[in-house]
Amino acid sequence: MVPSSGKNLNVPAPRHRPGEEPEFDDLDIPNAGAVARPDILTDPKEMFTYANTMIRVLNMKNKAVGEWDPKLSPDEMRKGLTDMLTTRIYDDRMQNMQRVGKMSFYMKSRGEEAVAVAQAMALDKKDMLFPSYRQQGLLISRGRDLLDMMNHCLSNSRDNCKGRQLPIMYTWKEGNFFSISGNLGTQFCQAVGWAVASAYKGEDAIAATWVGEGTTAESDFHHGMTFAAVYNAPVLLNVVNNQWAISSFQGFAGGERATFASRGIGYGMPGLRVDGNDFLAVYAATKWAAERARSGGGPTMIEHFTYRAGGHSTSDDPAKYRPEDEPEAWPLGDPVERLKNHLIEIGEWSDERHDQAIKDITAMVTKKYKEAESYGTLNSGARPEVSSMFEDVFKEMPDNLRRQRQQLGV
Amino acid sequence: MPKMNMVQAINSAQDVMLEKDSSVVVFGEDVGYFGGVFNCTEGLQKKYGIQRVFDTPIAEGGIIALAIGMGVNEMRPVTEIQFSDYIYPAFDQIVSEAARLRYRSGGEYWAPITIRTPCGGGIRGGQTHSQSPEGIFTHVSGIKTIMPSNPYDAKGLLISAIEDDDPTIFFEPKRLYNGPFYGDPKAQAQSWDNHAKGDVPEGHYTIPIGKAETMRAGNDLTIVTYGTMVHVSLAAAELSGYDVEVIDLRTLTPLDIDHIASSVCRTGRCVVVHEATKTGGFGAEILSQIQESCFWKLESPIQRVAGWDIPYPHAFEWEYFPGQERVLDAIKKVMEG
Repeated sequence: MVPSSGKNLNVPAPRHRPGEEPEFDDLDIPNAGAVARPDILTDPKEMFTYANTMIRVLNMKNKAVGEWDPKLSPDEMRKGLTDMLTTRIYDDRMQNMQRVGKMSFYMKSRGEEAVAVAQAMALDKKDMLFPSYRQQGLLISRGRDLLDMMNHCLSNSRDNCKGRQLPIMYTWKEGNFFSISGNLGTQFCQAVGWAVASAYKGEDAIAATWVGEGTTAESDFHHGMTFAAVYNAPVLLNVVNNQWAISSFQGFAGGERATFASRGIGYGMPGLRVDGNDFLAVYAATKWAAERARSGGGPTMIEHFTYRAGGHSTSDDPAKYRPEDEPEAWPLGDPVERLKNHLIEIGEWSDERHDQAIKDITAMVTKKYKEAESYGTLNSGARPEVSSMFEDVFKEMPDNLRRQRQQLGV
Repeated sequence: MPKMNMVQAINSAQDVMLEKDSSVVVFGEDVGYFGGVFNCTEGLQKKYGIQRVFDTPIAEGGIIALAIGMGVNEMRPVTEIQFSDYIYPAFDQIVSEAARLRYRSGGEYWAPITIRTPCGGGIRGGQTHSQSPEGIFTHVSGIKTIMPSNPYDAKGLLISAIEDDDPTIFFEPKRLYNGPFYGDPKAQAQSWDNHAKGDVPEGHYTIPIGKAETMRAGNDLTIVTYGTMVHVSLAAAELSGYDVEVIDLRTLTPLDIDHIASSVCRTGRCVVVHEATKTGGFGAEILSQIQESCFWKLESPIQRVAGWDIPYPHAFEWEYFPGQERVLDAIKKVMEG
């Protein structure tokens, strides 16, 4: 037996484990407004610093400050807040329904709602989205009916994926939302392909794609970055650094040595590091990158520095690998609270309106869910036609599938 | 009708489609200015421009991912994986993505992509330039697997593959690029000029995916084969003294089992031949389906001739390659017991 005492071997370990006191005092977080906003066509070689600082707009006093303030109207910000609230309330409802056995699986986006909602708002509706599995806020911001999302999660008779996909792995072509895979990172270079085609056709639409920080270790991440840089693809390459990949902290993706945003530098593209819990900062950085891409400036990589406040999915218990109170100790706060407090600060919102909004959204979600259940759940009620499971393997059903369908007797 | 070798036929298919459809683009490692390591895209960049025929980074997974994304954005990409031995880094993109996109999205998205890739040995390529991995892909639902054995079929099938709205893998037996190969490396190289299948029309024509072809009619036994082994099998059939029927599958999936079964049920004897390794190879599937359809008509056990279950060895290439003798042995076995 060889003793494991190698002094030069590093197996990363997170800051805290269950039972320990979470503290983040030494995190280097610049003040809101401290970072300048460069011209959208700035040479990436002059932008190295953006990968190692943090773009922030909302300060501790709930004011929007600095050059990155996107100056959104109160209506726009209220839409952002409402969409984030809707995402959160929807998530809670669906997770609860998974707990009582109505569906097989669920994944919440609690704590990182600003990433999807602000980015959907900052992009054009014609822009194509290649998300990972925790950006349901994109659908909500783009106006997909929650009923359709629920029908999908329940794999019922109205599921547009015809009962073939796990819950949350949505597809919504009408909203330019790609089909979510499940094999991590596969969408990253596909988004680049979509963007290259857009550029080939001389069209104005761009693509955006998302992976978690853990997935930056996959070869697909490297492919996406390389191909985007080589072909100057009009694409936004987002890394949602929510600190945790199931039980593995970001150190296992190489986050101890360098920021994820700095990955962009090596490929010759801007890497922006953004406070992912700051709705306005995410919006502003996305707008900058989208304008750059649309103006021929090529790809931008954005690291959204955020925190996964819930478990990875309904299949893991985060208390087994991190302190239960770590989410509360996260120094960058909660994205919903921060935007809410800003709107209150500028006199465009109130606690009463907020409480009322929660009540209204909850009632709406409850009503929609009730209707969704009337179309079936995974375990009871209506399902898609069984015979449909042999369809769409190919455009036209080959003989061997036709025979197998006959064998099943459907 | 002009004579073309297989390289020219494959080039011509891409030329025809680039001309016909502006959504067709061709890309892969070294396929642009250089025209590909086997010249299959020679001259196409010059003719259609650098945005339609272009080089890629050396990243097979990235090449296929790029194609899928472009396909979703209304294009029709034709990719080249330089050797099928290099296809494995793209495995996830082919199997989990291209093949499943239509299904998992409920038919909202699909990947109309073509993956061309040279396969097979006999060119002193060693274990990294000789493999026949088709059986790995025939196991995957959602992709069509094609392997032509001659210039005429290659062009017609490649055009069909490019026009197909589902992902296709188009295996090109590289030993056949310049001429038919009958299994004897010491024999003088043959040219497609003297072969009927070297007559290739200049323009657009298609050969349907999923249709086998009888290359030699006979009543004593049926050889079911594809790729390079079609020619080896035909040569062995001539030497055997028996009245051998030889079927070229051309498409592996979807498999034309009706064509095969009607022949084997008639002859009652069958040999399945491929160059790929034996265990778990596509021959096992063919054999299995034949016995499901023809068991009571069979006069003797079906035999398989295949590559040994080893990597393709550089110095022992011709001991590995299933040549005429191995096919003849199998013919004797099914005829004489």
